Amino acid sequence: MKILVGYKRVVDYNVRIQVKPDGSGVITDGVKLSANPFDDIALEEALRLREKGVAEEVIVVGIGPADLTAHLRNGLAMGANRAIHVTTADAVQPLTAARIFLKLIEKEQPDLVILGKQAIDDDANQTGQMLAAIWDRPQATFASKVEIADGKATVTREVDAGLEVIEAELPAVITTDLRLNEPRFIKLPDIMKAKSKPIDVIEFGSLGVEANDHLKTTHYAAPAKRSKGVMVKDAAELVAALKQKGLL
Amino acid sequence: MSKILVIAEHLGGKLNSSTARAVSAAVAVKGEAIDVLVLADNAEAIAAEAAKIEGVSRVLTIARPENARPLAAVLAPQIAKAAAGYSHVFVPSTTFGKDVAPRVAALLGVAQVSDVMSVEAAHAFKRPIYAGNAIITVEADPAHTVVATIRTASWSAAASGSNSAPVEAITVDAALPTHTRFVELQQGKSDRPDLQSASKVVSGGRGVGSKENFDIIYKFADRIGAAVGASRAAVDAGYCPNEMQVGQTGKIIAPELYMAIGISGAIQHLTGIKDAGTIVAINKDAEAPIFEVADLGLVGDLFKIIPELEAALG
Ligand SMILES: Cc1cc2nc3c(=O)[nH]c(=O)nc-3n(C[C@H](O)[C@H](O)[C@H](O)COP(=O)(O)OP(=O)(O)OC[C@H]3O[C@@H](n4cnc5c(N)ncnc54)[C@H](O)[C@@H]3O)c2cc1C
Ligand SMILES: Cc1cc2nc3c(=O)[nH]c(=O)nc-3n(C[C@H](O)[C@H](O)[C@H](O)COP(=O)(O)OP(=O)(O)OC[C@H]3O[C@@H](n4cnc5c(N)ncnc54)[C@H](O)[C@@H]3O)c2cc1C
Repeated sequence: MKILVGYKRVVDYNVRIQVKPDGSGVITDGVKLSANPFDDIALEEALRLREKGVAEEVIVVGIGPADLTAHLRNGLAMGANRAIHVTTADAVQPLTAARIFLKLIEKEQPDLVILGKQAIDDDANQTGQMLAAIWDRPQATFASKVEIADGKATVTREVDAGLEVIEAELPAVITTDLRLNEPRFIKLPDIMKAKSKPIDVIEFGSLGVEANDHLKTTHYAAPAKRSKGVMVKDAAELVAALKQKGLL
Repeated sequence: MSKILVIAEHLGGKLNSSTARAVSAAVAVKGEAIDVLVLADNAEAIAAEAAKIEGVSRVLTIARPENARPLAAVLAPQIAKAAAGYSHVFVPSTTFGKDVAPRVAALLGVAQVSDVMSVEAAHAFKRPIYAGNAIITVEADPAHTVVATIRTASWSAAASGSNSAPVEAITVDAALPTHTRFVELQQGKSDRPDLQSASKVVSGGRGVGSKENFDIIYKFADRIGAAVGASRAAVDAGYCPNEMQVGQTGKIIAPELYMAIGISGAIQHLTGIKDAGTIVAINKDAEAPIFEVADLGLVGDLFKIIPELEAALG
């Protein structure tokens, strides 16, 4: 079987993002960019399924500007067989991303699509669910365990109440949570090998996808800051302070 | 004028308090009507609870055996149909809402506003991005239904008791898929307060050191009547179950008192507690970033300090 993996490039999770003083956006010039951590987990899961013999081919998909190539090469170095790069200069909103994935699905006919549960830049947590809806297929979001057998996926999901197990007939969309696996590190020789792996470049305009721009971001602001509090010297002082605030 | 449909979240025949929080956000839209939709196998008791929430105009129920469990693929087509005539569909931003709402939005062909923190106008909302490091104002096109998830920590639960909204059973003509099936829910049984709605929370981090050591956190929490939370590092290390994780990818909470014990204060953790009333940090490292946001900080070994706290409580 064939697995399509979302592989989005985002501002690295260690970067403390700053809002531009004029509120027009966040400062992204010169900041470190990395694969969305949830997408590394998605790719790792797909690679493990291939190593187990469940899947034959793993394809990473990136939607973004021309300079995304180096990022997609990382996905190939990690082990994907090939990459698809949908080129667009504009940031796409989740419904548009989902529509792009659907076009690729029609072409590639995968049995499984694995995306991150959220991208850590916009934290939208939407694309996988939207894709499953318009594809009219099952979704298993927030996955912490995936088993594939007999044409279905048995997925353990991290939900607020605990762990939920569901069964989804393939093809299906799975979105990854942090505890699904620990992604492997890329080794230097793999980076060399990845240079010869194919990257299909598809111009967004050629897909016939309607860009959906129902949402406009009109302003960016820094979050309200919590002011630094006071240090107490011992447990007795802490309890006294909390009692005084009526918290104990 | 706006008409808002709020999707009720429930478990085990009980309404989740996240629903009343979503109603608060709906009230802020200042529309003409707020209806709550209950999808369940047995909707009666849940609907009766929802009918008491102040601000609710009507409670609508769709009771079908297929709705026994909250499978997004099954619920979304029904919600999308029921949404006809509404300007807004609000769903709590819990794992339930995050799972189902985008599926509804996509069926309606509209974008979704995730994690609404405040309602600026009927079609303008504030929401966090980059783990809460930036807050954006988003404007939705009034020509389309607004589907939004409501960040529960930003809204207090609408009061309950004085209202008695009418309850109406409705039917929608939606084909329900059978490709997705519920198998089981493994739930940690606990008599402690619920992490998401508790007024006091005590959380332990990697500094607690082991699953066995975590007992000291449970014991102290029980002593002050608090719910128990954890950092990702503590969950990953197997000290406690996943549903206890607080943070960007865990639960976002706003208790009156939050005590972080043996937690360094990574940005992803702080995202989950920004709206807490008073933050207390106990850490042996005086340089730990948690002290930057703590209202009250105490430097020292947690294994020494917790017994001292218990003693000081008298
Ligand atoms: C300059 C700039 C301006 C922006 N302006 C806006 C704006 O006005 N309004 C707004 O809503 N957003 C804006 N964004 C955010 C951007 O459009 C988001 O990437 C988009 O909303 C998708 O959200 P998400 O990635 O958080 O989706 P999620 O639903 O959180 O993503 C989940 C998963 O979907 C897959 N996926 C999603 N996108 C891609 C992709 N591009 N390539 C590969 N896989 C993908 C990945 O597997 C990912 O883990 C802007 C971004 C930039 C850089
Ligand atoms: C995409 C992504 C999402 C994430 N989401 C989350 C999330 O939702 N929630 C979350 O919490 N993290 C999240 N993380 C992880 C986060 O970055 C940190 O790694 C994590 O919060 C660290 O947990 P900790 O503070 O318990 O551990 P550490 O950072 O190891 O800190 C342990 C602390 O305990 C103190 N300590 C040790 N022994 C004692 C003692 N005897 N007495 C007192 N203090 C002691 C130490 O001084 C130290 O400060 C995420 C990371 C990524 C990349």
